[in-house]
Amino acid sequence: MSLRILTENIDIPELTSFEVYRKLGGYRSVEKSLKTMSPSGVMEEVKKSTLRGRGGAGFPTGMKWSFLARGIGKPHYLICNADESEPGTFKDRYLMERNPHLLIDGMITSAFALEANTAYIYVRGELFRVLRILEKAIGEAYANGFLGKNILGSGYSLDIFCHPGAGAYICGEETALIESVEGKRGNPRIKPPFPAIAGLWDCPTVVNNVETLASVPWIINNGGEEYAKIGVWKSTGTKLMSACGHISKPGVYEVKMGLPVEEFIYSEEYCGGIRKGNKLKAVIAGGSSVPILPADLILKTAAGEPRLITYESLSEGGFETGTMLGSGGFIVMDNTTCIVKNLWNFTRFYRHESCGQCSPCREGTGWMEKVLYGIENGEGKMPDIDLLEDVAKNIEGHTICPLGDAAAWPVRSAIRHFRSEFEEHVKLKKCPF
Amino acid sequence: METDQHKQIPFNDETLAMVNRIIGRYPEGRQKSALIPLLHIAQAEAGGWLSPETMDYVASLLKIKPIEVYEVATFYTMFNLKPVGNCTIEVCRTGPCWLNGAEEIVSHLEKKLHIRVGETTSDGKFTLKTVECLAACGNAPVIQVGTAYHENMTTESVDLLLDEWREETSPSYQNPYK
Ligand SMILES: Cc1cc2nc3c(=O)[nH]c(=O)nc-3n(C[C@H](O)[C@H](O)[C@H](O)COP(=O)(O)O)c2cc1C
Ligand code: SF4
Ligand code: FES
Repeated sequence: MSLRILTENIDIPELTSFEVYRKLGGYRSVEKSLKTMSPSGVMEEVKKSTLRGRGGAGFPTGMKWSFLARGIGKPHYLICNADESEPGTFKDRYLMERNPHLLIDGMITSAFALEANTAYIYVRGELFRVLRILEKAIGEAYANGFLGKNILGSGYSLDIFCHPGAGAYICGEETALIESVEGKRGNPRIKPPFPAIAGLWDCPTVVNNVETLASVPWIINNGGEEYAKIGVWKSTGTKLMSACGHISKPGVYEVKMGLPVEEFIYSEEYCGGIRKGNKLKAVIAGGSSVPILPADLILKTAAGEPRLITYESLSEGGFETGTMLGSGGFIVMDNTTCIVKNLWNFTRFYRHESCGQCSPCREGTGWMEKVLYGIENGEGKMPDIDLLEDVAKNIEGHTICPLGDAAAWPVRSAIRHFRSEFEEHVKLKKCPF
Repeated sequence: METDQHKQIPFNDETLAMVNRIIGRYPEGRQKSALIPLLHIAQAEAGGWLSPETMDYVASLLKIKPIEVYEVATFYTMFNLKPVGNCTIEVCRTGPCWLNGAEEIVSHLEKKLHIRVGETTSDGKFTLKTVECLAACGNAPVIQVGTAYHENMTTESVDLLLDEWREETSPSYQNPYK
């Protein structure tokens, strides 16, 4: 049975208007939290829910909030990360286009818990349409007394503003995002200090993903313990999966944590199986940055257990035989796909998006792209495969931000699971596909 | 194009009011934060690209040094530093799109427009670019024309789009705040 926490009513086109959202029970969590709860009470509920950040890293949200440096005489800020640029990921755009008030609802409640009086939504630059939708929804929330001074007579005041990006994947990384809000290039900062101590304009700041913040209203309305009952172990609640590639029904699906991957791929309720009756070859389960897995290992763990959509199950086996839930960008490849060409394409992406601050990332991504291009186009030699692995290893763990790792992991996992395909390219002196 | 663009600089009163509203979204003394939003506005007002004069003007509005504007304008891929056609077509070239026909869309466009990626047609109508994943991979291949997305593209739907834009005189880059 499907449970809809984030996508309930999402097919009602008028849901983007304040009246309709409100009539369907929206903004109840704002009323409840601002009128009957304390900021720490809201934070406790979120802690109890064990909600984990949906931006990719899966860090527990309540715990992140508790690190905020309070009482140091500086204003606090909440920033919503709506930069959605991880290839394969398109869930946040879907949510914001169709249900913008859910995000605002969640942001008001979360900002209250953080005792922040200003919040920004960092909207990916290309998403002009989303920017317009959000600006309109924010305007409606002000007009109805849910934003601005003394919200609902509670004494709490909050302003929410949108801030557009301008085309840079790296600005999804939280410290690069903060630099970008400050009107600078998106160069990630060296941590520590973490944003919770010194973030936007050197003030305590929490950065959360769209889906994370949109999960908060349900938690406040129903209680953290109810939320924690959904899902499996430390993966609670529901997850938005954006599925694309060679499947019959690409799209955004809300799944209960714990859904078997096999059911997700083959059931009519979700992806509807592999298109044109082809065979499943490989899956990148959590956006382009996570390790690729061949069909047998995405359906079952190395120990033969069914693979589930949870943080733990997808990473079962570590990077040898497992992967990560990441952002939930689920890219499915059938047996017509060339793994080398695909990898070359993604590596070009990372080379293009590297901010250039660290030499292993700046030089390494360019090098890997060149070698992969050579192999794909029949100019590769056998030692190139080891060279690739070597370069990837030298990037991993040697950079300021995780983009370097994100470029290295796909390369290492593709070679680990599909080495023979690289060798075939070299032997044939061309792409076999 | 040169003449067109400088008509809009300095901004008219309506645009200046918009600029001041946006600057007001950031705390006192943090007006530099409005730089990216202002560059989007300036680029749209100036016909889709940022000349040094336009960037200097934005610097003066924010009371920052011109170099601070250049630094930012050169970092973000959405800012065009040379003139573009009336219609800017950007094809997503990342994995999910590339594996679902984007490669074919690009070569079709190159053939139809007689230009390569990165170039502008001699009549100044079209500029062709490639971009990275547009967060619409479920409807691959995806292209962006100025500020609008077009999804599930085929060579036929690309032809229809080109026909539409051959007639169109208003630029594809629109001010996101209007
Ligand atoms: C290169 C890079 C790109 C990222 N892109 C995004 C993004 O587009 N959206 C997002 O929410 N998080 C992104 N993240 C993760 C953020 O840094 C951050 O962890 C996240 O916004 C925290 O929110 P959460 O705790 O709610 O998940 C990215 C991280 C890296 C290293
Ligand atoms: S790892 Fe890459 S993207 Fe991250 S800071 Fe270093 S050079 Fe920039
Ligand atoms: S790969 Fe083209 S929109 Fe994501």
